Amino acid sequence: MRTTTVVIGAGHAGLAMSRHLTQRSIDHVVLERGELANSWRTQRWDSLRLLTPNWQTRLPDKHYTGDDPDGYMSMPQLVDFITSYARLIAAPVHTGTTVTRVTATDSGYDVITDRGTWSCATVVLASGAANIANVPAIAQHVPLSVAMHTALTYRAPDSLDERGVLVVGASATGVQLADEIQRSGRPVTLAVGEHVRLPRQYRRRDIFWWLDAAGILDERHDQVDDLVRARHVPSPQLIGDPEQRSIDLNTLADRGVQLIGRFAGITDGTAQFSGGLANTCTLADLKMNRLLDTFDEWAQTTRRVEAIAPHRFEPTRIPSTRMLEIDLRVGDIGTIIWATGCRSDYTWLDVPVLDRQGRIRHDGGIVTESPGMYLLGGSVLRRRRSSYINGAEADTADLSAHLHRHLDTLVST
Amino acid sequence: MTITNTPIDNGVNTAALIGARDALVNTPEAADFTWRASCSWVHGTYSRTTVDGFSGLGQDHRHRNTFVFDADHPECFASEDRGATPVEYVLAALASCLTAGVAAVAQQREIQLNSVTANLEGSMNILGILGADPETRNGFNNVTVRFAIDADASPDEIRALVAQSQKRSAVYDVITNPTNVSVEVL
Repeated sequence: MRTTTVVIGAGHAGLAMSRHLTQRSIDHVVLERGELANSWRTQRWDSLRLLTPNWQTRLPDKHYTGDDPDGYMSMPQLVDFITSYARLIAAPVHTGTTVTRVTATDSGYDVITDRGTWSCATVVLASGAANIANVPAIAQHVPLSVAMHTALTYRAPDSLDERGVLVVGASATGVQLADEIQRSGRPVTLAVGEHVRLPRQYRRRDIFWWLDAAGILDERHDQVDDLVRARHVPSPQLIGDPEQRSIDLNTLADRGVQLIGRFAGITDGTAQFSGGLANTCTLADLKMNRLLDTFDEWAQTTRRVEAIAPHRFEPTRIPSTRMLEIDLRVGDIGTIIWATGCRSDYTWLDVPVLDRQGRIRHDGGIVTESPGMYLLGGSVLRRRRSSYINGAEADTADLSAHLHRHLDTLVST
Repeated sequence: MTITNTPIDNGVNTAALIGARDALVNTPEAADFTWRASCSWVHGTYSRTTVDGFSGLGQDHRHRNTFVFDADHPECFASEDRGATPVEYVLAALASCLTAGVAAVAQQREIQLNSVTANLEGSMNILGILGADPETRNGFNNVTVRFAIDADASPDEIRALVAQSQKRSAVYDVITNPTNVSVEVL
């Protein structure tokens, strides 16, 4: 089978790209291993809602039109949003089609699937940034009496036994799971490494309103100070809660969650934790305050916000006595949840564009070493906004234009 | 912030460090360093450790001088106090590592330092090392570092220097995180 462009993955990013390709009359197919929005459908916990408000959840030619612009979409709502988008743009999606291999050819790429091979000039990798959960190698030393989950396998507290739960990692995922599991009556211990603290609202505006309005989300990948670092910063401590509540280490401690340092290792069945918790909290508080300074300066310069005066939040309270060890053999901890990040799976990509960590080398989504190959999704792909749903809007506009120019060079040579 | 025409100079060549970082990303094996120390028992609890070379960037290096560290225990431990105690060397290592970090980060952030002092305390209950109480650990039960920094920067900028220094400190990491140690007898 032949087409001009194969898009791998029918999530929000792949479909947004399809919209642009259609508008540019570029013949293409969108291959999807499962159903539309498969990862959002099958690899997320039950209570998860987007971190971004509904008014910001948009794709090329589709804006949120519901009656709750300041709310946050649940996963079923997001799946509906993406599914109706695919219908709206009449995307040429082939569901139930798993890509098993992609190779480079003289004229572009062969995309080999369990339902035949597509030959194409250009290929867009939109298969997701969170296919595989990162689990540290040390997990193999966890005693068998302790169950283990990741952010991709965990669904709800009632699927866990009644004993205590150790949540490792304090990103959006870690703090959300710690919060709901503690509420379920299971005592939670949260191992906290480097993290990003953000209030849900500041001066009565959603934090994403500020990030959007002050231009932070539009900071481009080639303007960011330290791009490698920016792409590895954990997701901010936020929850898409209908009550607009903030979630941070103080709210978790108030609820009874025990805070300990970064997970450091396991020796003889005893988990060990860093003694550096105070500093990771100080770093996060200082960083949050610098961001709020930026917002205040922006507000003053543009005179956009005058309703509420600038203020600062309570610094993170560090527990005075800190545990450095937990004996995993005694039975207090029944489950460990590794909320230690996710990565993409490119084991099927047989083109030498991966770095030592298995990540694709690219320049803002353009895989320069392999002309005609493009990447979508992931943190700060082309701009800070890329990390969120609506980032696909501008990213696919840019990359479809680049792809179109690439096709033109093929025709003219 | 003080406006000044003189360039910020804390004596740290950050351009070289950043250049090295960028180069090492592409040759990660060159980034593998081995640090060395040799120790000889002298008498009683008195020993002498020397440091003269290390490996890294794919080759062996020699320090400009051989550095000597005399260690002993104080008289209240029935020793002769001919050097700092080993745990005091740990405090010295932490202090010097964090202080170097403060200077380097300040240089990178274009903050002029005027003075930096750190006072350290490591608290320890010696029932542990005496073998008198199995519940008491041998090592420090707490370490406190108090920095006093005079710099051309706001209090939050100074706090951020100290926080970033901890984040990038080898000795801070060695102390706060477990490390595999293998001790062999030849």
